[in-house]
Amino acid sequence: MALRQTPSQTVGPYFAYGLTPRQYGYDLASIADGTMARADTGGERIRVEGRVFDGAGAVVGDAMIELWQADSLGRYAHPADPRGSNAGFTGFGRFGTGTDPQQRFVFDTIKPGRVSAGEAPYLNVIVFMRGLLAHVYTRLYFDDEAAANAADPVLSGVPAERRDTLVARRETTQTGIVYRFDIRMQGDRETVFFDV
Amino acid sequence: MTETYGARDWSSQPPLIHPDYKSTLLRGPTKKPLPLKQSLSEVTGPVHGAECVTGHDADLTRNGRRNGEPLGERIVVGGRVLGDDGRPVPNALIEIWQSNAAGRYVHGADQHDAPLDPNFFGGGRCVTDADGRYAFRTIKPGAYPWPNHHNGWRPAHIHFSLFGPSFATRLVTQIYFPGDPLLALDPIFLGVPADCRDLLVAKFSIDRTEPAFALGYDFDFVLRGRHATPMES
Ligand SMILES: [Fe+2]
Repeated sequence: MALRQTPSQTVGPYFAYGLTPRQYGYDLASIADGTMARADTGGERIRVEGRVFDGAGAVVGDAMIELWQADSLGRYAHPADPRGSNAGFTGFGRFGTGTDPQQRFVFDTIKPGRVSAGEAPYLNVIVFMRGLLAHVYTRLYFDDEAAANAADPVLSGVPAERRDTLVARRETTQTGIVYRFDIRMQGDRETVFFDV
Repeated sequence: MTETYGARDWSSQPPLIHPDYKSTLLRGPTKKPLPLKQSLSEVTGPVHGAECVTGHDADLTRNGRRNGEPLGERIVVGGRVLGDDGRPVPNALIEIWQSNAAGRYVHGADQHDAPLDPNFFGGGRCVTDADGRYAFRTIKPGAYPWPNHHNGWRPAHIHFSLFGPSFATRLVTQIYFPGDPLLALDPIFLGVPADCRDLLVAKFSIDRTEPAFALGYDFDFVLRGRHATPMES
C-alpha cells in the first residue's frame, strides 16, 4: 500500500453534541439515532438493548454504539448489494449510553434476514468510548437461531467457550420483543471482537 | 465481483491498552481481535449523501451564532479523504466536534472553568466531493485540562468521525496543530506509534488561508483502500 492509514484516536467524553445531538438534546439534527425501523419498514419489530461494562464491572456511561444491519430479507441498503433494500430502512443506527437511567443502549429496529444462505442473521456492531483508542467491531447473533448459528462460518470459528458473548437473549415483554446484549470490554466473559 | 478493503494496519494505530492513558487500562480489550474474512456485511455501510448536510453545517463560525460572531482565531481546515491505494473517497460523511477558543466544550459534562461562547457550538459536518475534498471553517480550539495525570492538558485538537464507503473503513480520530508544546506530553497523541504521529498534525497552508479572514490548515485522511481480492461468499 502506498499511503499510511490515518491513526485512530479515542472518541473521548464529549462526542454527544457532535455525533448523537438529538438523543442528548443538543440543537443539531442527527444523521442517525436508536430508532432504525420506520413505519414503512418491513420485518419483525425488535428492540435491542444492553449495557457496556469495563474491566472492573462498572457500567460505561459514555460509550457510543453503532449498528449496521441488513433488512428483513438480508439485503443491505448500499450500492455493493445489487438487491437493494426495503423502503424506509437505512440499516444504520447510533446510540450513546449517557441518556438512559440504566446507561443502556437501546435500538428499535427489525430482525435482519440472512445475508447469504450459509450465514445466520446478525447485526454488525462498532463500539466507541473514552479510553478506547481505536474502535472495535463485534457482532450480535440471536439465541432463537440456534441451528443457523451453529452453521454460521464466523460464529462457528469462535472458540466454543466464547461464543455466547456474541449471542443476544430474546425476551417477550409487554411492549414487544427485546434482545438483550451486554458488551464486556475485559474479564472472563470479555466480548469477542473481530479484526474486520 | 465485489472488492474488499485492505486490512487495518495496526502498525499505524495506537494499542488498545496504553497505560499512560489510564482509562485504557479497564476499557481496552485484552484479547486479540479474531480475524474475520470480509463479506457483504463489511464491504457495505451506511450511505450518506449531500442531504445530510444543510445550511452552515460545515461553517462552525456561523452555525452557532446567536447575537454576534464567535470569539477566537478563525481557521479553515481542509484536504482530501483518500484510500491507502491513493484513490479519493467521494461522498464520505465527515462529522466534527471541538472545544471553543477557550478550551470549553458545549457538552454538559464538561466542567472546565473556562467560558462558553454564546456564538459557538463546536459541532458540524460535511460530505466529500467527487475528488474526495472537504473543508470546514471554524475557530481554533483551545487546550483544556483533563484528570488523567497531574497537570494534564490536552493539546488543541478537533475530533473527526469519517465513514468512507463501508463499515470496514470507519475512522474516528483527532487532528492536532503544528508547534503545540503539549503534543510531547499528551498520552493520547503519544499512544500513536512514533513514526505515524505526524500523520495527525495538520499543516499550515498559506494557499488555504483566506485573505483577511482565516488561517488555513491542510489535513488529508487515509482510510483503508479498496483491493481487488474477491470477497468470500
Ligand atoms: Fe477533545
